[in-house]
Amino acid sequence: MSIFLNESSKVIVQGMTGSEGQKHTRRMIASGTQVVGGVNPKKAGQSVDFDDTSVPVFGSVEEAMKETGADVSVVFVPPAGTKGAVIEAIDAAMPLVVVITEGVPVHDTAAFFAYAQSKGTTRIIGPNCPGLISPGKSNAGIIPANITEGGRVGLVSKSGTLTYQMMYELRDFGFSSAVGIGGDPIVGTTHIDCLKAFEEDPDTDAIVMIGEIGGDAEERAADYIKDHVTKPVVGYVAGFTAPEGKTMGHAGAIVSGSSGTAQAKQEALEAVGVKVGKTPSATAQLMREIMQSR
Amino acid sequence: MEYQAKELFAKHGVRVTLGTVVERAEDAAAAAEALGGRVVVKAQVKVGGRGKAGGVKLANDPQEAVARAQEILGMDIKGHTVNRVLLAPTADIAEEYYFSFLVNRAERDYLCIASIEGGVEIEEVARTNPAAVAKVSIDPQTGVDDAKAAEIVAATRFPEDVAGEAEDMIKKLWDVFIKEDASLVEVNPLVRLGDGHLEALDGKVTLDENAEFRHQDHSAFDIADDDADADSRLEAKAKAKGLNYVKLDGDVGIIGNGAGLVMSTLDVVAYAGEAHEGVKPANFLDIGGGASAEVMAAGLDVILHDNQVKSVFVNVFGGITSCDAVANGIVHALEILGDEANKPIVVRLDGNNVEEGRRILEGANHPLVTLEDTMDGAADRAAELASQSGTAAERV
Repeated sequence: MSIFLNESSKVIVQGMTGSEGQKHTRRMIASGTQVVGGVNPKKAGQSVDFDDTSVPVFGSVEEAMKETGADVSVVFVPPAGTKGAVIEAIDAAMPLVVVITEGVPVHDTAAFFAYAQSKGTTRIIGPNCPGLISPGKSNAGIIPANITEGGRVGLVSKSGTLTYQMMYELRDFGFSSAVGIGGDPIVGTTHIDCLKAFEEDPDTDAIVMIGEIGGDAEERAADYIKDHVTKPVVGYVAGFTAPEGKTMGHAGAIVSGSSGTAQAKQEALEAVGVKVGKTPSATAQLMREIMQSR
Repeated sequence: MEYQAKELFAKHGVRVTLGTVVERAEDAAAAAEALGGRVVVKAQVKVGGRGKAGGVKLANDPQEAVARAQEILGMDIKGHTVNRVLLAPTADIAEEYYFSFLVNRAERDYLCIASIEGGVEIEEVARTNPAAVAKVSIDPQTGVDDAKAAEIVAATRFPEDVAGEAEDMIKKLWDVFIKEDASLVEVNPLVRLGDGHLEALDGKVTLDENAEFRHQDHSAFDIADDDADADSRLEAKAKAKGLNYVKLDGDVGIIGNGAGLVMSTLDVVAYAGEAHEGVKPANFLDIGGGASAEVMAAGLDVILHDNQVKSVFVNVFGGITSCDAVANGIVHALEILGDEANKPIVVRLDGNNVEEGRRILEGANHPLVTLEDTMDGAADRAAELASQSGTAAERV
């Protein structure tokens, strides 16, 4: 098992014919993902060859789902078209929509997230995220598939490169799933959603949660862990040295006044018994000890 | 800045008094004359707390307006230099309210915060009299329609005789929030004038940078950045080169890929610095996923021109990018920079094609470059190298 994504997931790519879309579709296929189609109304009926796999292009998400039984869409559509692409996928009742695109206006994200909530049939991951991987099974997004193999650790992170770093640090254990939820102010799937899914996943033994400055998602996750998570959780928070009022790369990574600090997040997590590492490698070491004592 | 927020308010029909912006004190006389003589002279900077800092002053006649403008122009308010002042006619204020729309990250929708106790910091009101602060959540799908505007007015307990006008203004402010792609629209104070009408006397609008592609006219607001301090100008220069850079007060220059990893790198360097005379990270610099030679050169160029920097730590995890490309980027960047590269550079590479990347750097054998195997080890080495040339504190 794994969360949100497994070996039977059928993936379509919205924006597959663009340069980023092509590059990453090739990588997804190479790592064993069942990529069953792409969507581009202007190129419907054509197909794109990726090494020895030919992937058909459909005119709409609805058509792609009907023809292929796809249940995951990965979106590489540029910011100006992202909202339209996601709304189209929600209208087609696509179960999982992974929005990789960086630079989506926050009002667009608010709109498509609210729309997905009202329909109740689509989970959105992202935007501005690396996607998710269930190593050895399927890869929906841009996380490198060759860092580590399948295992029993679950990972949820706001940051892409810290996801890669943590997978690398714990490559001897492997991961059930690793989910990059993205660093924007509004994201479709939160730390809490992932903690819940990992808690329910029989093939996940322990969870690494990576957070960063800004907002209060980590504090809320800590509250959730206290009452709902029985599996061991190890945490890491980036941004202790971030100055107040400056956006640190991610649109959501900002300390405003005294809120959103790394210190507050660490304290909230430790208060509910989550061990928090000082550095990525110290965090990995905490998880290593948990896995070895099992 | 205030006058820019007011321009956006006016564009959507919110009642404001625009006043006149001047950059030279001598221009204040004619401006004040045209506004009726008696004016308020207000510093235009991107930070709050202008009043407390002495950046808002009353002038009874045009001569006084020149004197007050002279005092305020050039003033430093929290690191921002005052380059322009707004002259506005004095208002006959009967009551002051507070109003704002913002993105509510936690609930992933919008929030309206309003109070009939305005003119002071809303955080202060929330602390001393929380019952006076109305919070109304807004569904992004339905927005602020007549019913929602009425709900906000009722929750805020606006006086009955201004309720209708308040509803109207709230809908117009919602237009500013949505149509201008703002993540914050704040009016403080929203005033009730002696004649019973409402006016947005002062305000703040935060625009979403991600939405610039559909607001060509917003680029005009960029002049707002010229009030910034030297650090912010360096940041703007880096931004123009496509780099995500934040200047800090420290000794170890940092370059990495990915916002999370770079933030983490700063923290790890700060911890390592505790064992090396307290040296600190000098900056945040994310070169993004690509990490081409040109981008690496531009990044090194920015960091090596920071006089505070004593050593540089390049921390890259090759996810999508392969490490050989990054290594070639570093070598090529050092060729481009030539003699301008004059500080020790510690490099840690991991991930995609790391062996080839390390081999390239070892082969180049550049005298300034040290390779380390781990992030923690490299941070320690970079901190050590920085401390050997004295800390920032000692040099001051």
